[in-house]
Amino acid sequence: MILATQLSMDPSFFLIQLLNSVQYGFLLFLVASGLTLIFGIMGVINIAHGSFYMIGAYLTYWLNLQTGNLFLAIALGLPLTVGLGYAIERLAIRFLYARDHLYQVLLTYGLILIFNELQRLIWGNDVHGVPTPPGLNYSIPLTEAQAYPVYRLFISAACIALAAAMYWVIQKTRLGMTIRAGASNRTMVQVLGIDVSRLFAVVFSLGAALAAFSGMLSAPVSSVYPGMGEQVLIISFVVVVIGGIGSIKGALVGAMLIGLADTFGRVLLPEFAGFVVYALMAVVLLWRPQGLFGEPAR
Amino acid sequence: MTRTPRAVLLFLVAALIALAVFPQFAERFYIQLVTKIMIVAIFAMSLDLLVGYTGLVSFGHAAFFGIGGYALAIVARDLDLTSIWTTLPIAIAASGVAALVIGWLSIRTSGVYFIMITLAFAQMLFFVVHDNLALGGSDGMYLNTKPTVSVAGIDLVNLRNRTEFYYFSLLCLTASYLFCRMILRSPFGRVIAAIRINEPRTRALGYPTQRYKLASFVVAGMLAGLAGYLACAQFGFVNPALLSWRESGQALVIVILGGMGTLYGPVIGSFVLILLEDYLSSLTEHWLLVIGFFVIGVVLFLPDGIASLMTRFRRRPADEDGGGETTVVASGAAGDD
Amino acid sequence: MTEFLLETEGLSKSFGALAAVNGVSLGFRRGETHAIIGPNGAGKTTFLNLLSGEIRPSLGRVRFKGQDITAATPDRVSRLGIGRSYQKTNIFPSFTCLENCWIAAQSRLPSSLRFVWPAERLSDVRARAMRGLELAGLAARRDDVAARISYGEQRQLEIAMMLAAEPELLLLDEPLAGMGPEESQRVVGLLKRLAQDHTLVLIEHDMDAVFEVAEVLTVMVNGEVLESGTVSTVRASRAVQEAYLGEDQTA
Repeated sequence: MILATQLSMDPSFFLIQLLNSVQYGFLLFLVASGLTLIFGIMGVINIAHGSFYMIGAYLTYWLNLQTGNLFLAIALGLPLTVGLGYAIERLAIRFLYARDHLYQVLLTYGLILIFNELQRLIWGNDVHGVPTPPGLNYSIPLTEAQAYPVYRLFISAACIALAAAMYWVIQKTRLGMTIRAGASNRTMVQVLGIDVSRLFAVVFSLGAALAAFSGMLSAPVSSVYPGMGEQVLIISFVVVVIGGIGSIKGALVGAMLIGLADTFGRVLLPEFAGFVVYALMAVVLLWRPQGLFGEPAR
Repeated sequence: MTRTPRAVLLFLVAALIALAVFPQFAERFYIQLVTKIMIVAIFAMSLDLLVGYTGLVSFGHAAFFGIGGYALAIVARDLDLTSIWTTLPIAIAASGVAALVIGWLSIRTSGVYFIMITLAFAQMLFFVVHDNLALGGSDGMYLNTKPTVSVAGIDLVNLRNRTEFYYFSLLCLTASYLFCRMILRSPFGRVIAAIRINEPRTRALGYPTQRYKLASFVVAGMLAGLAGYLACAQFGFVNPALLSWRESGQALVIVILGGMGTLYGPVIGSFVLILLEDYLSSLTEHWLLVIGFFVIGVVLFLPDGIASLMTRFRRRPADEDGGGETTVVASGAAGDD
Repeated sequence: MTEFLLETEGLSKSFGALAAVNGVSLGFRRGETHAIIGPNGAGKTTFLNLLSGEIRPSLGRVRFKGQDITAATPDRVSRLGIGRSYQKTNIFPSFTCLENCWIAAQSRLPSSLRFVWPAERLSDVRARAMRGLELAGLAARRDDVAARISYGEQRQLEIAMMLAAEPELLLLDEPLAGMGPEESQRVVGLLKRLAQDHTLVLIEHDMDAVFEVAEVLTVMVNGEVLESGTVSTVRASRAVQEAYLGEDQTA
């Protein structure tokens, strides 16, 4: 209650929370959109999707140590994660297309165990910080007491740019056309004579890269720690359930709602902080079980 | 539809006898390990009721396992209850109520949604426990006194004694198996079997299928609660890891590894996986890496589980329904997206 | 208004811009056999799905025994005494024929949320299941797994399941589809026997069978009722001859 009154009295405090929500929402959107694309087009539920987020973050941490430059680390790490996604699709995921979701869940669960253990082998169990890049490690003062870190604004800007690029790819390019066709009608893609196996490999690599990129951007803010992949995976599930699976627009709206609910939940209802996003999911389930932008099941 | 082949029946009886005489020959460590395996087997069997018999793939089943364990720890600490006659019903009821609420919300969806939602709600409960200092936070809680099993002041079993705890767990495992068999033979069992194979048709025949799925979810949750109760009683300790996604995933692995839709398959799966884990962890700190590859191997090369190997050898000439059934499940469940 | 057992009023269903069923008002009298015919895509199956509660209508009402069942779920519709068979075989493939009928017969218990007593001791359920099998001529197949019987037998099983639930009114969606002449003749015989003490709503393409069984005929085209009445009036209708029957016979 005290906080609630503080919130109404202090617009700059409100602004900071709002910016945080949006920034968190965008990071979630990157992860969730990959998840929803992979399901919408390939029909595969990938429990190991969060691992790519984790791998992106750890790669950034490591490459940043080697090169001393975050942007260079991201530029080097991104192709690596695309390649990793491609390899995983070819080596494991492609055996799952005709299989029951149960087996998809189990195989990708096996992948999580492998990725987590490799992470422990290579980087150990410690929490690592990643320094904010020199050009971006200052804050914009809002009032005498409050300031907003520029790097967080940079995250949002980078995500907006990426979302715009995604929009452009999906709406304007040939690949995008195939993806749209595939998301709305999987068999149609096959009828159109598109090389489905290649399309799937590309989609999976891109989805993996989206999650990894999210992890890369967030590394300086959230630090890098074991188990970070599962945490983001489960929140992404909540996002996808709220938005409706297979819908990119749903992923965006869901991610923003979760960003807002989580950030403001922590401020306004600190005792129930962990609860708020799940409560939101429960409400959506009661109201629209297929999600805000999902097709009703029939 | 739930007839057990004679070879399997013989195997089950032999296994029961082997388990009954095992403590006479084994070291303390192994008695404890097998006790743990039998408790996990009850948990996995309860999941089989959902996955193998009702066609509901839950990735959050550990929530009810954990709640059963925490319920015991809480009532023992805060209400000073020690008798199994009060603590066990409370633990099972707590799991049942949680399953009712989570199930009521999740059952509105199916397929992948159901998988994601059960995982999400289980994770929510994980954080509730993890962030709650009254429940010991991430450190968990101790159970200072083990439950007593007495009638009219006479102790029937002393659960502080490892061997007696072992036999008590074996009794619970056997009772759980018979309980599940009873349910599957009942009118209710027929309906959930029908739902798994063809839910729209079952509804069109006059069954409000949601209600039956929810009932199945609650029964499975309560059985998982029993397993969690035993797990807490065995080690005198609970922590949030009991409710974690990894625990839920492991139970699913056990069900598939053993053979889903068989009830005894998950028991076999528990023995194989936990003995393997125990062995690997004695070799290397990074044993989970091997388990990861093992899980992938099972999915790719043994999707019908160990139980299918047993029946496959025996039934070559006669065309029985065992083999055909699993393919129907797979195609039925894959068609829902 | 109680002259009809089942009655629809302006029943419509659109999928997006497509009006699959458009303003259909029909009445089905008790004891009558009513066939609905029409070209593919005329909305016949959608109409049946609206009656059985599998689809919610966009507009209009459905009344059964004067009671509004427009929003009733399929399980409720079934419990009220409306049975349904499907155009595409819709059975439990890994169950035996008896088990298929069993699950249908058991649906007449007040509730199947009974966990203790074994199902096979329910002798009344067994009797109803067996009766369904016998009526449909499948008694000899009772212990065969449904996936392994012939296609024609699966169609018969579809009907047996419906009968095991002892409905008053039967909704039959192309019961003869894919059957050979002999099997067809057997099922037509069965339909005639059923017509004696049931109300039948039948979709069928086999016109000979329709004329043999049906008393009332409705022709649907493009989601709408083109003509409805006794078989002879509909046959005489010029509109029908032009739009459907004539075309069908010359083809």
